[in-house]
Amino acid sequence: MTATITGLTLADVAVGDELPELRYEVSATTIVVGALATRDSRPQHHDFQFATERNGLKNIFLSSPNQLAWFERYLTDWTGPTGRLGRLSFRMTESVYPGDTMVFTATVAAVDTDDVDCGWVEVEIALRVGTTTCTICKGRIAVPVTPDDNPWARRGERWQP
Amino acid sequence: MTAAMAQDLPESIAALIDQPQYDETGDFPVERGYIWTSCASVENGNPLYWDDEVAASLTGGPIAAPSMLSTWFRPHHWAPGLETQKLPLQVHFDLKEQLGLPEAVMSDNTTIFYEPVRPGDVLRTCQRLRSVSGEKHTKLGTGRFWVIDVEYRNQRGDLVGVESWTGFGYRRGATT
Repeated sequence: MTATITGLTLADVAVGDELPELRYEVSATTIVVGALATRDSRPQHHDFQFATERNGLKNIFLSSPNQLAWFERYLTDWTGPTGRLGRLSFRMTESVYPGDTMVFTATVAAVDTDDVDCGWVEVEIALRVGTTTCTICKGRIAVPVTPDDNPWARRGERWQP
Repeated sequence: MTAAMAQDLPESIAALIDQPQYDETGDFPVERGYIWTSCASVENGNPLYWDDEVAASLTGGPIAAPSMLSTWFRPHHWAPGLETQKLPLQVHFDLKEQLGLPEAVMSDNTTIFYEPVRPGDVLRTCQRLRSVSGEKHTKLGTGRFWVIDVEYRNQRGDLVGVESWTGFGYRRGATT
């Protein structure tokens, strides 16, 4: 049996395209499971008293490595499994707490092929809670140039993230 | 964010710029349980991580989610004979101590992904301090920005990723 694999190709994407919005209700469990998944045992991600009394925050908050995992999920929800991350950059300005509703939105900023014919899409992502932008992220992800192309097959000089 | 290099940096810290530090091998091999735990934590249903046929077809077998790169180097919370807990991104904590800055936050991160990480891989890492700024005043307090790169390789020496972190170490209540 052969797996059926579908995903975006470069021809499906244009500068200015908007990715589907992702909304997620954050609970204390979201924060703690996210920290556990990244082996992050620092107390600000699971200990309410430490976060509030020692650090002066309003609650425990989403860890940086787990935010990276959220951005990856958001991008590959859109591209499908053939999308291969090349680069993610993010800057956090506000924390995400239990009770917040995270809203991910993104716009395609660039679409091109590189010197070794790999197809790249650059996306600008915002993670917002209400009207506050908590994190901005830039993603560079390779997608197939043609339906039979596979960015994951690239190695060495053929992969220039 | 890039941190402009400070002219008033102690020599002991200036000497560390671009030098590899904390060359270490991971405490454990990359394993699928953690890959699934990570995907579950963000409800990532990408079949590449859950469907072996998709993984075989696209990547020649299972791989770890690229965003997990740093996961493989977070130290155990406890281990036999370990008297002090190892810290991830030790250069960051060294700078806090050496510069007398008790508080710190990480602000920016850029991660570049190269060869996929696979279950069974045992990764190696090293950290390089790239820059330290002069004193800055922010709403958090007075302190310095610094940039630290973390390089990851697999057991064959292939580069699998580079993380670049911008941190800000500071003293609270010292704003002007």
